[in-house]
Amino acid sequence: MTQLALLAHKDLDAPIAYRRGRPISVRRFLADARALAQALPTTDHVINACADRYRFAVGFAACLISGRISLLPPSHMASLLEQLQAFAADAVVLADTKHRDLRLPIFPFPNLGEAIAADKDAHIEIPEIPAEQLATWVFTSGSTGRPQAHRKHWGLLRKNVANEARALGFTREDPVTLVGTVPPQHMYGFESTLLLAWLSGGSFDASRPFYPADIAETLTQCPANSMLVTTPFHLEKLLEANLRLPKIGSLLCATAPLSAGLARRAEAAFRAPLFEIYGSTETGQLATRRTSRKTAWTLFPEVRLQARDGQIWAEGGHVEGAVPLGDLVEQLDECRFRLKGRNTDRVNIAGKRTSLAWLNQQLLALPGVKDGCFYVPEQTEQTGESSVIRLTAFVVAPGLSAEHLMAALRQRIEPLFLPRPLILLDDLPRNAVGKLLRVECEALLAQHERDRDKGHGRLP
Amino acid sequence: MMQNAATALNPQDPAELSGEVAQLIVTALNLEMTAEEIALDAPLYGEGLGLDSIDILEVALVVSKRYGFSLRADNDDNVSIFTSLRSLCDHIQANRTS
Repeated sequence: MTQLALLAHKDLDAPIAYRRGRPISVRRFLADARALAQALPTTDHVINACADRYRFAVGFAACLISGRISLLPPSHMASLLEQLQAFAADAVVLADTKHRDLRLPIFPFPNLGEAIAADKDAHIEIPEIPAEQLATWVFTSGSTGRPQAHRKHWGLLRKNVANEARALGFTREDPVTLVGTVPPQHMYGFESTLLLAWLSGGSFDASRPFYPADIAETLTQCPANSMLVTTPFHLEKLLEANLRLPKIGSLLCATAPLSAGLARRAEAAFRAPLFEIYGSTETGQLATRRTSRKTAWTLFPEVRLQARDGQIWAEGGHVEGAVPLGDLVEQLDECRFRLKGRNTDRVNIAGKRTSLAWLNQQLLALPGVKDGCFYVPEQTEQTGESSVIRLTAFVVAPGLSAEHLMAALRQRIEPLFLPRPLILLDDLPRNAVGKLLRVECEALLAQHERDRDKGHGRLP
Repeated sequence: MMQNAATALNPQDPAELSGEVAQLIVTALNLEMTAEEIALDAPLYGEGLGLDSIDILEVALVVSKRYGFSLRADNDDNVSIFTSLRSLCDHIQANRTS
């Protein structure tokens, strides 16, 4: 069995994390992980819901070294966490925040600070984990209604992120500090804030700064060679806030397409290069590009794309089996491609994905709904290139109010996918084959906006 | 202390401020409702008005520009300022510079 080190760090006193500008050493981290591994209840599965990135990392490492499997939930909604119990009945939730309504056993993250003093001189080995060990199941919202589980083995996860570190030019001699605005439970945040620090000998900041001023301050407190790991939406809002931003090492962006314009503005504001990652929870990270300079993506070493059965499949490298892509791509050569749009049924809002077919199914399943359809509006000039698209729903439900239907939908789908607006109609203008054409949908939406503005007194 | 100083600089009827902030939210997010329909103590986040973190960031930017201060998380929970319209207005009143 191949054993692969948990961390690439050579020096036990090197920092692996920062909290409010203060370093936390590899030694401390390993002591914390060992202590937690002993304190955890005797279960095989742990749902890691820690919000603090350091505690999340300690929890993940504790599971790895004790042979437990981490489950990474797509959101902290109680209903979603409870669905994971159907997946692993013995799962406990490791949490560092309050979950009042949750009907699952919770193991509150213990206070490790006083229990153990990491012995300054004790020799600690960096743990080795078998490559074949099942490290985690990562869950996505899924297009079937149930959270969808994606299996990740330690060896392949490690291979993927080692390739990422290489593609980004990371070296152990010049370690990078990662500051993430994305949660560690999302595949992108998991790989690019936590594993990337572990496997490049670098470090991450424990916080998840949200407001622009908090992001700027966190970066200011970090060592100079820091990387901001974020999304196009967050990046745009950060630049819009017009704050004084520190010069940093680099930026990383993923989850939705980034425009070259925004990439260039970000590079100028931070005086640093911006890299974009292409991938998905199913495939892991597949390709990268310097968005300000290139439209083509370069595949990670050993990863290949194959056109087969009318679809593009990713395989090789760290990819487990062959996995179909959700996007349409144009292959330029063996290792480069361009994105040509996405599969029309797929919806991606701020990095969360689902399918229109599934959303429609949820809508039509509501009592009293006779007909209904979700619609992705055209992006207009007003909404701007990186704004988040909101869905519209057209619904025929005689006698029911929009508020009632929204409350019912909220029980079934994630908040990001809730329609804005939900438009009640007497019937849907379906064509002869039962299809609702885009042009009809746009007209209905425009009419609704005119009616609303009139009602609010914004128009004569 | 800080709150008193800010209030003295910007004397404003609390009802007037909450009406203004409610209108900022409705306009920034292009909501279906009118400003008057946002109840002072109804939750803004999750249930109630149903804002999500993307909305919160949009509103935070508009609030920063209008009232001349940058929003910051006041504890580990990034969005507790947005518990209700009232909590947001209290936060603005305590920190505003314009």
